[in-house]
Amino acid sequence: MNKGAKKTLRKLIIAVPLMFAFGFALVPLYDVFCEVTGLNGKVFQSENNDSLVIDDGRSIALQFISTNNENMPWTFKPSEQVMKIKTGKYHTATFYVKNTTNKRMVAQAVPSVAPSNAAAHLKKLECFCFEQQELMPGEEAYLPVKLLVSNELPSNIKNIILSYTIFDITDYDEEILSHHDMDMGN
Amino acid sequence: MSAVIENHHDEHHHGPAAGITRWLFTTNHKDIGTLYLWFSFAMFLIGGAMAMIIRAELFQPGMQIVEPEFYNQMITLHGLIMIFGGVMPAFVGLANWLVPMQIGAPDMALPRMNNLSFWILPFAFFILLSSLFMEGGAPNFGWTFYAPLSTTYAPPSVTFFIFSVHIMGASSIMGAINVVVTIMNMRAPGVGLMKMPLFVWSWLITAYLLIAVMPVLAGAVTMMLMDIHFGTSFFNAAGGGDPVLFQHIFWFFGHPEVYIMILPAFGIVSHIIETFSRKQLFGYSSMVWAMLSIAILSFVVWAHHMFTVGLPLAAEIFFMWATMLIAVPTGVKVFNWVATMFRGSITFETPMLFAIAFVVLFTIGGLSGLMLAIVPADFQYHDTYFVVAHFHYVLVPGAIFSIMAAVYYWIPKWTGNMYDERLGKLHFWLSFIGVNVTFFPQHFIGLAGMPRRYPDYALQFADWNMVSSVGAFLFGFSQLLFLFIVLKTVMGGKKATDQVWEGARGLEWSVASPAPYHTFSTPPKID
Repeated sequence: MNKGAKKTLRKLIIAVPLMFAFGFALVPLYDVFCEVTGLNGKVFQSENNDSLVIDDGRSIALQFISTNNENMPWTFKPSEQVMKIKTGKYHTATFYVKNTTNKRMVAQAVPSVAPSNAAAHLKKLECFCFEQQELMPGEEAYLPVKLLVSNELPSNIKNIILSYTIFDITDYDEEILSHHDMDMGN
Repeated sequence: MSAVIENHHDEHHHGPAAGITRWLFTTNHKDIGTLYLWFSFAMFLIGGAMAMIIRAELFQPGMQIVEPEFYNQMITLHGLIMIFGGVMPAFVGLANWLVPMQIGAPDMALPRMNNLSFWILPFAFFILLSSLFMEGGAPNFGWTFYAPLSTTYAPPSVTFFIFSVHIMGASSIMGAINVVVTIMNMRAPGVGLMKMPLFVWSWLITAYLLIAVMPVLAGAVTMMLMDIHFGTSFFNAAGGGDPVLFQHIFWFFGHPEVYIMILPAFGIVSHIIETFSRKQLFGYSSMVWAMLSIAILSFVVWAHHMFTVGLPLAAEIFFMWATMLIAVPTGVKVFNWVATMFRGSITFETPMLFAIAFVVLFTIGGLSGLMLAIVPADFQYHDTYFVVAHFHYVLVPGAIFSIMAAVYYWIPKWTGNMYDERLGKLHFWLSFIGVNVTFFPQHFIGLAGMPRRYPDYALQFADWNMVSSVGAFLFGFSQLLFLFIVLKTVMGGKKATDQVWEGARGLEWSVASPAPYHTFSTPPKID
């Protein structure tokens, strides 16, 4: 093999693990991209921001959807199906959960917002989806979400749907979950 | 003293070893090319047999022949085998045979790696096919293996599937590295980059695409493996992962993969049209630039496979326009092929028939691709038989017709014998009619709303499905004729001249027919 061939070969052999690593790099890149652009309908915890609070906001409807993933046996439903809210004002909604089994269970709710371009204007000060829920057998709770919809919401949006899917994560290793940086996806 | 020199001389010009060891230990590019081609033919027949099972089940509505679970395994394996076992190894085989001869090199740059990259392939497909006999059956999640269907809900054999994809990927990467190193460093003096035959150009670009995306595929299946066995949550929403992320990673590989399966076809067809039109190819440099632009654009269009996952409007518009942009370089190529034929003195030997059918039918597939690129239309067409019709039009009368054309075109050089022209033409017409009867009606049933990947369908789709199945049987069984023609040519036939075709140009036609075991041990003189 001549010198030039060795050089080409060396470059290509380096390119292969680099592209393999790039495949894995797509995982954090995807999250960062979604966070920066707000494209995925993902809502992140926001700071208390009084500048968004106004008195004469317009009325919109906030609908709630709750879903149990796979065989998740808990009762999980919003206290109200629809809330009439004003933009630029903090509102608190609650979800009712009950552990219907006879064993201790840990759950995680994953939210989603539709339409996705409303996500950037939805500010969550508190959400049960930012942490894991642990319930003893038969225990029940009302889980709060405190939010504000900014008045900068595009005027054609009159209806926002906030959906939560609840997952059973009892058997998940705590360590594995922490590796995954749960706050990112929430 | 002179006897010693003579002996030395002999050692460098030995022929092939005898018996099975010739094939097991060979480092000769022609032997390895032959192995690849026969392997891909075997896979083509196995994948084709699965297609026959699929079309037999769809011959009539209702469940007829196989269980739904088995049907799902058939569509999955049919796709995987045809792509990774049929089309890709066939192109690698052609590259092995032709690239060194077309650039005036004595062999591939890395002959031992060449042997390895072929011989791991049979193991990959043995593992994949053996999953049919495992508990829970073979992979049943479609060739795109979307998570969580391929992770949380997969049969246990998915681990074997992952391992076999890793081996296929390693084989493709090694093959691609070999092609790049050969082309970049072993061209005979005088063969400049812009003087390379177009098949060599098409493979150079393809090889770069392979090196860029096959490792990403390996990454995707590795993430699946970790989700399944090591408790990670790359694609599991419960653990903070995202199933849509799988589709992004998969199609980041998957779309360039589509061009990996068509760029070498562009090269082949350019040579054949040039030869049988007895004219120089129209627009050589625009052909090269068109292939380069297609390859680069292929990295920024992947999400057009995912318009319905809930992408934001801005992304849908971007991917729609980027996709449509690909029609421009593709249009340039089709224009050049037509312009080459224009006022040429054309004869219609079998390779030319396949090449012309390629141009016409690939264009039909390209146009239905443009329809699918339109976002609002795609919401209607997504996951229907219209998509099935589209990608079969670009892959069967596209990629596979080009491979058949290549076999007819170069087999006289490989074997020294002419194939039977009458049987070749018969094979062409049966295939041409079969392919259109199979896939054209699938446009109609797709537009009417028949979803893909179901073993059963509503009654209103019955007539066209029956037509499609009849066409599929015609096309499928015609390929046995192809096998017969190839075998007959290997055994004997009219002796081919060195140039073989009156209009053929290029270094491979300057060597004897059949091509000697070693060619261009000393570089040829290029005027």
